[in-house]
Amino acid sequence: MRNIVPILVVVAAIVVVWYGAAVKMNAQWALDQAARAEVELSFGELVTDTLSQERPRLPAPHQVVAELWDSTVGKSITSKRSLVFHGWITLSSTLLGFVFGTGLGILLAIGIVHSRAMDMGVMPWAIASQTIPILAIAPMIIVVLNSLGVTGIIPKAIISAYLSFFPVVVGMVKGLRSPAPMDLDLMHTYSASRGQIFWKLRMPASMPYLFASLKVGIAAALVGTIVGELPTGAIRGLGARMLSGSYYGQTVQIWSALFAAAILAAILVGTIGIIQRRALKRMGMAT
Amino acid sequence: MGTWDVTSPVIEAKDLDLTFETNDGPVHALKGVDLSVEKGEFVSFIGPSGCGKTTFLRCIAGLETPTGGALTVNGMSPDEARKSRAYGYVFQAAGLYPWRTIAGNIRLPLEIMGYPKSEHAERVDKVMSLVDLKGFGKKFPWQLSGGMQQRASIARALAFDADILLMDEPFGALDEIVRDHLNEQLLELWARTEKTIAFVTHSIPEAVYLSTKIVVMSPRPGRITDVIESPLPRERPLDIRDTQQFLDVAHRVREGLREGHSYD
Repeated sequence: MRNIVPILVVVAAIVVVWYGAAVKMNAQWALDQAARAEVELSFGELVTDTLSQERPRLPAPHQVVAELWDSTVGKSITSKRSLVFHGWITLSSTLLGFVFGTGLGILLAIGIVHSRAMDMGVMPWAIASQTIPILAIAPMIIVVLNSLGVTGIIPKAIISAYLSFFPVVVGMVKGLRSPAPMDLDLMHTYSASRGQIFWKLRMPASMPYLFASLKVGIAAALVGTIVGELPTGAIRGLGARMLSGSYYGQTVQIWSALFAAAILAAILVGTIGIIQRRALKRMGMAT
Repeated sequence: MGTWDVTSPVIEAKDLDLTFETNDGPVHALKGVDLSVEKGEFVSFIGPSGCGKTTFLRCIAGLETPTGGALTVNGMSPDEARKSRAYGYVFQAAGLYPWRTIAGNIRLPLEIMGYPKSEHAERVDKVMSLVDLKGFGKKFPWQLSGGMQQRASIARALAFDADILLMDEPFGALDEIVRDHLNEQLLELWARTEKTIAFVTHSIPEAVYLSTKIVVMSPRPGRITDVIESPLPRERPLDIRDTQQFLDVAHRVREGLREGHSYD
């Protein structure tokens, strides 16, 4: 419980700065309105106005919280205005892409560790793939797949996989190579096959590395799906919600979608953290 | 195989050479090593670092390949001997896999060598009581002291029926009190199992206390400078180390080490 205090202090500081910034950034509009109506605003009225505008430049925290509450608890989850609905669309694509990406990452890592040709041949491409801005490549993936008749969550999941396989490859290559020379020598004294060395030594030894990669990977997968929803005129998903918010100047909507995405990411990373702790504890490797 | 029978040497090296090619030129890890080890012997290899004692043990295990000379283990090449499960190897560190329990670690060679599952529990129990670890099977390695971990690693090397035990400074990282205790236990275990043991150490008292044969080695190039057949009886209480006979052997080992050392 002792570490909750610093966290609360930081959160309180952020909220204070946020309120200050909201007042400052929204003041101009309030003053313009007042000038047009030829009234004088007292400081108190100015502050009240800046924190309750319908389309503020920067919505106040309580406006975002109210919108979050209203669009999750306040709406039926099948409604197009429900963040639960949009969140689910994004989540399903994120998870699908994460599973694709993790599977691909593990397979590539196994190949890289066991074949020198793959080590030389695949790793540079994996690194190069991550240097291409995802914003540039995401619309192309969506358009190309659409023209092939693949629509729905698959194209978005592929973008997620594209982002999430990389940390898994890097982590798993390191993990599969983590056994010490002595651990490998022991296997050689048993005349163990490569398969046995893999299943009984390399794979279990790589587990801590795998979980660390999965945490990065699932966050990347979420980003991938949201990016996939942004530039492609998608009408569903948290990314689409942000985009439509920006079309109509609905800053409160953008911010609440942003927070929904952040909360979703926290839940996903937290879930993997819990699985990690359980799994490693069962393996006697509690971190 | 051919001419090999129970009375032939278990390990036989003739004019063995091993040269590592490094960027700084060739390194003669072993040069002209001649040695034969009979069944049931306890042979210690002692010498300063770089004298090739560990390298020689690794050659016997087939982990290194000699560049010259002949080496047979149970009358076979080291590779064939390894495949026929001739030896168990104990490393400097216990090297237990942290995700396996103690019993799981001891079971590892059985799983890899394909022993029937029905035998696993019985074999694990047997060797755990041999090294005095009964009741610790469900513990994970980090829950045990260093000495207990090393005993578990010895049990792991005994779990399958190899009649040679290769030990590479197994007690080097342990404190002297624990080491004394483990030395005593090891002699007991050797007497009970009648295995042939090849033991690398850099401790003179340890080598003299344990061995029936002490091989003194020296570096650059790694070679044997003296082979001492121990006059001590097989039955050895710890206080044998205070007898004149023990001190005489220790003295001869020390002389051998001094001779081989060039102090450069």
